[in-house]
Amino acid sequence: MSFLELQDVSVFYGDFQALFTISLSIEEGQTFAVIGANGAGKSTMLRTVAGLLRPRSGRILFEGEPVDHVSAHKRVGMGISMVPEGRRVFASLTVNENLQVGAYSGRKGDWTIESVYELFPLLKPLAKRQAASLSGGEQQALAIGRALMSNPRLVLLDEVSLGLAPVVIKRIYEAMVELPSRGTTVLVVEQDVQHVLTVADHVACFLEGRISLQGEPAELKSDEITAAYFGM
Amino acid sequence: MNWVNVAIQGILLGGLYALFAIGLALVFGVMRLVNLAHGDLGILAAFIALGFVRSGVGLPASAVLSVIIMVAVGYVLQRGLLNFTLGTDDTRPIVVTFGLAIIIQNALLLKFSADEQGLNGGSLETASIHISNRLAIGWYPLLVFILAVVIIAALQAFLNGTKMGRAFRATSDDREAAELMGMNNRHVYALAMAVSLGTVAIGGLALAVRTSFDPTSGPFNLIFAFEAVIMGGMGSIWGTLLGGVLLGAAQTLGAQAFGSGWGILCGHAVFLIVLALKPSGFFAKTVTA
Amino acid sequence: MSAVGGVAAGERVGRSGLPAFRVSRSTRLHLVVLVVSIAIVVGLATVPMWAQVSVTRTLITLFGLIALAQMWNLLGGFAGLISVGQQAYIGIGAYGLWFFGDELHIHPFLAVPCAAVLAALIALPIAPLLFRLRGGYFAIGTWVFAESIRIIVSNIQATGGGSGKTVVSAALLPRDTRIFGTYWVGLAVAVGAILLVYLLLRSKRGLALTAIRDNTLAAQSSGVNVFTSKLIVYVAAAFGCGAMGAVVAMNLLRIQPAASFSINWTAFAIFIVVIGGFGSIEGPILGAVIYFALQQTLSQYGSTYFLLLGVIAVVMATKLPRGLWGLVTARWDIHLFPVRRGLVLESQPDAPAASEAPLPVEHVTP
Repeated sequence: MSFLELQDVSVFYGDFQALFTISLSIEEGQTFAVIGANGAGKSTMLRTVAGLLRPRSGRILFEGEPVDHVSAHKRVGMGISMVPEGRRVFASLTVNENLQVGAYSGRKGDWTIESVYELFPLLKPLAKRQAASLSGGEQQALAIGRALMSNPRLVLLDEVSLGLAPVVIKRIYEAMVELPSRGTTVLVVEQDVQHVLTVADHVACFLEGRISLQGEPAELKSDEITAAYFGM
Repeated sequence: MNWVNVAIQGILLGGLYALFAIGLALVFGVMRLVNLAHGDLGILAAFIALGFVRSGVGLPASAVLSVIIMVAVGYVLQRGLLNFTLGTDDTRPIVVTFGLAIIIQNALLLKFSADEQGLNGGSLETASIHISNRLAIGWYPLLVFILAVVIIAALQAFLNGTKMGRAFRATSDDREAAELMGMNNRHVYALAMAVSLGTVAIGGLALAVRTSFDPTSGPFNLIFAFEAVIMGGMGSIWGTLLGGVLLGAAQTLGAQAFGSGWGILCGHAVFLIVLALKPSGFFAKTVTA
Repeated sequence: MSAVGGVAAGERVGRSGLPAFRVSRSTRLHLVVLVVSIAIVVGLATVPMWAQVSVTRTLITLFGLIALAQMWNLLGGFAGLISVGQQAYIGIGAYGLWFFGDELHIHPFLAVPCAAVLAALIALPIAPLLFRLRGGYFAIGTWVFAESIRIIVSNIQATGGGSGKTVVSAALLPRDTRIFGTYWVGLAVAVGAILLVYLLLRSKRGLALTAIRDNTLAAQSSGVNVFTSKLIVYVAAAFGCGAMGAVVAMNLLRIQPAASFSINWTAFAIFIVVIGGFGSIEGPILGAVIYFALQQTLSQYGSTYFLLLGVIAVVMATKLPRGLWGLVTARWDIHLFPVRRGLVLESQPDAPAASEAPLPVEHVTP
């Protein structure tokens, strides 16, 4: 039994079909990367796993249990947590309060405010600052820390390196690498292919709502990936 | 009647208006809902208390029961009806809450008739503190003002210091992200409405003791609450007190200066002026409505 | 038949291989509707000549409701401005009739358009103030304005204070002139209201309005002048409500603050639009007729009747938000008024003849 499984999942926005019978399997402890161009359906897939979208057909199994019709807020309690695209930190709350809110579901575990500050030391001096006044990189770190506060078994990262300076991206990826060993499986969606392939042990490439390529980065050649990415 | 007395009366009246305004501001802050039935719900609370009083229950117990009932009504109303009106469409909540106002008013008319009613607060209603020969402050208006301050302070403490208070603020900032953190929007909204109706119930009861009321008194108080919220700034709970005070003072001073029929109009005029000069009010936190 | 971009009809266009097309608004159905509408209006115009006076006067009420509903829908259904304060302009129209007729001695029938203009002039400076508020707060703001006017009028002796006045200039007209004239003015106002909305929507401004209603931010960034569009609509609605208010006052021969500026007018408008439909011209007409029928038969029941209306409004707004006409449109895709722009496919050499029905195009960039 896989940790997270998508079986023939199709997702629509009104009349527009964004995902065509997607099937995917993720094992516990993996760092699974999903890459693809804009509009390929990567975020849609992530949002469906998080519960913000419901599949029109197909099933999603988390640790063997079907979750496709469980509300998003309940999935947090089950151990699925998401860092949404665009950070989406709570602007009027302080950094500390953002982290406190992340623990709303009350799941027990190793992640506390202190351990999040250890992971992202850049946040510690900002504890009492309003999240709206943080830079893009600081907000991204906060968003990840906030998602970890629910002690998730599976964390979903949606384009976390978008618009960030290389030095910040480096820090975020260093943090990402630590997660599986601390009990959290990582499903990461990225447009930045180079970076994410250095940390992923499995990758799937999306193209226009379908999977065009799957495998381990070590075994895939770069022109294969390029072809799958652009649909050539 | 000297001007200082009149001004103080107006300021204290602001406390009453603030009690009505708090709930309106809270619900707008958390879920961007403007509840056109807000005033009528406050009056409904007064009538519920009246019903208990008439069946022999003492006023304090009736008041408490009324508030409890309105809190429950708030949760059920939001969860059962108003949650379904929220979304991208602006028109639905307005039409539905307007319809609700009509329903409440006419239901009350059928049950209680159009007669003016009052809740008897005993000697407290007219007792006053004499500070000097020319300066007197009514006990009751002072108590209502203090009550408003206490409730606002408590609400602010709740929002800043409790888990659910943070949930209110987080949901207000970004409802989708709040869902992703495990907060159930439908439940949070319902709780916000429950708190809102609790405060407006207190406002309605305070009004009912102070003055007479009838089933159609709701809209007036909605307008005053709304003016207090806008003048105080749309993001701020404390701002509703300032807005209420400004409104109350404008009304009483206007009535004193121009005659009793003009007091309320002066309030409207001050509101329109503030709107022209400072559209986001005095304490606004967000610019986009 | 013209074609777009200078390409002759029937010829395939360019690289993309799209069939030739033209933008069109009318179909054969619309022609039929036009003829029938004219027949109905002419028929209605003859009513005073053969019907009882009570029928004539009652129909004026219907005309008022139709005009009111069109104006409210113009604001809310097309421009996204939900107003619960149109009674301000209805009252201004009523008092305007008295002012121009009794005080300035203008013929009452001419006083109606004067009153409407007065309402529009007052709306002009008020609009920018109210536009600083959005959504529900804008709604209450319109209410505050209406209340303010009501209080002013109630407190001034010159306008009759709280007890109001009789519109003497209209009352003194010869009976038949008064009844026939009021009826025809009322009919003209109702038809005029429909035409005003129709013409506004057909214009480029109308396309801008739909864009604003659907997504203000996107409309703004597309270059639509949101403020001007909203202003035009608000002033037009004030004009229409002013005319309607004048007609009502002429029919009742009385103006009075509590009645002329009553929130009930807004309640009627909301009920009509909720029952009949939002965002179309047909909806409010249907709703007005239904509401009028309800009012004639059930209003004797007072509070119970209003309570029922409130329940209907809440249920319909939640379950059937597009109203009864919305139901018709959804099932049969009928549009009686040609305000939407469609694409008409030209025939291709080897294809069957071009279909007459335009494909509805929802979002055409201005």
